[in-house]
Amino acid sequence: MHYDVVIIGAGMSGLAAGIRLAYYNKRVCIAEKHYRVGGLNSFYSLGKHKFDVGLHAMTNYAPKGVKLAPLPKLLRQLKLTVDDFALCPQRMSVIKFPDKTLRFNNDFDFFVQEVADNFPRQTDNFQKLLKTISEYDELNLYTKPISARQVVSSIISDPLLADMIFCPLMFYGNAQEDDMEFGQFVIMFKSIFKEGFARPEAGVRQILDVLVKKYKSCGGELKMKCAVTGLKCANGKVVSILLENGETLTADRILSSAGYVETMKLLANHDSSKLNYQVGQLSFVEFILILNKEPAEMGYNTTITFYNNSDRFDYRKPDELVDVSSGVICCPNNFQFENPLPEGIIRITNMANFDFWNRLSEEEYKAQKAAWLKTTLKEVVKFMPDFRDSIVFTDIFTPKTIHRFTGRINGAVYGTPNKVKTGRTHLDNLFICGTDQGFLGIVGAMLSGISMANLHVLQKG
Amino acid sequence: MTKEQIRDTILEIIGQIIPDEDLSNLKGDVPLREQVELDSMDFLDIIMELRKRYGIEVPESDYTQLATLDGSVAYLDPRMRDL
Repeated sequence: MHYDVVIIGAGMSGLAAGIRLAYYNKRVCIAEKHYRVGGLNSFYSLGKHKFDVGLHAMTNYAPKGVKLAPLPKLLRQLKLTVDDFALCPQRMSVIKFPDKTLRFNNDFDFFVQEVADNFPRQTDNFQKLLKTISEYDELNLYTKPISARQVVSSIISDPLLADMIFCPLMFYGNAQEDDMEFGQFVIMFKSIFKEGFARPEAGVRQILDVLVKKYKSCGGELKMKCAVTGLKCANGKVVSILLENGETLTADRILSSAGYVETMKLLANHDSSKLNYQVGQLSFVEFILILNKEPAEMGYNTTITFYNNSDRFDYRKPDELVDVSSGVICCPNNFQFENPLPEGIIRITNMANFDFWNRLSEEEYKAQKAAWLKTTLKEVVKFMPDFRDSIVFTDIFTPKTIHRFTGRINGAVYGTPNKVKTGRTHLDNLFICGTDQGFLGIVGAMLSGISMANLHVLQKG
Repeated sequence: MTKEQIRDTILEIIGQIIPDEDLSNLKGDVPLREQVELDSMDFLDIIMELRKRYGIEVPESDYTQLATLDGSVAYLDPRMRDL
């Protein structure tokens, strides 16, 4: 079968790219290895409970009427309306460090005031940082990467404030250990602090359902449980795409959201020694707890808590299975929903070490999950009311789980630290979109799919 | 299509892409992007819509000729005259 474009992976970026192409009459096929769409932002059910993977909150919230922000741009490009995603804004989120707390919501002035109140001596510096951020062209695909740690520390002289700003931005979209590319920092700063969080009542299912429906209504084809197992090349081009079910497809162009190294490994004549590329190391463990009451009944109204309990905030692969010294506590109930969610949920995310989890025997793996659940709970109740007696159901996923379902090397949810911003590879008709192209987060992933489809397919006629 | 119809078609397409903008007072000789909130992604959609509806191919190198409304009409006239 021949297509104008074959897309590898039905995650946020693949679906968004697919919609663009199918809407403009391209013959498109998305091949997805899983039986479910979503990739790194998916969902599952267990014991009658519904769970989201990935999405804690959608960043880049834009109220109705705003036109220039990333979210409305993305909706325009996908020919969707703001009501399609049914987004409800957050209540309040916090960054909690040993001696300081900074709160933020979807009103940026509130955050600026919080910084001024808690770090009065940094007020001018913070304004300088805001100016630097607003003047930076973070969407330019051709700028040289610079260190965000260097830029920020040259402006903000209190390392505690710098760490507190970095903490949510790194947890929600940084593939690099210890530092962050400044363009990515700017994207995340705007998407989290300036624009803010929201969530559909139905969670990530809402977003994915809308994307799949739109894609199919435009005539796009979606092959589920159909992994791409190989790409055959000749004369600097991919000439055919081999599928798990034995089928062979051909396409003028291929957009892969599988990850850069993961895509290179599909090439039949792939030589890994020539591949001078860093693989991502950062992965996470998530503890999902169903409670017998709404967290608000315990006096907990926070949407997301980013916590850190050591002197400095470390963002790197831990030397043990899990690093509980910092993490993210997400409460999906605490958005401004019209109707309350059916049950109370707390999700705790901590950095984790893929290799350590991967080498455990099945028995040890189970035991370690249970043990680390206890450890992390002991830690997080320092930052919120003790809810341990209210837990009625628990599920845990580890870097190993992420690897199994998404194929990401090391379960690295943010992919490689070396982003391929232009999306180009050494093959003329093979392009990268999604996590490894460079725009992270859910909105970022969709924008990545859109911009790569525009740049490499639609603009080329 | 007459030039007048081509102009109306372009305005209709722009109106579909950015429905909240007032297009009634657009000047023909001033770049569209200076008059309405139309970013490069939106601009691409004008070209795509022309292709989708009328099969008109505008190569990337010609995009600049469609910067103004007058320019667009002049560029599209020979391509849309017989539609």
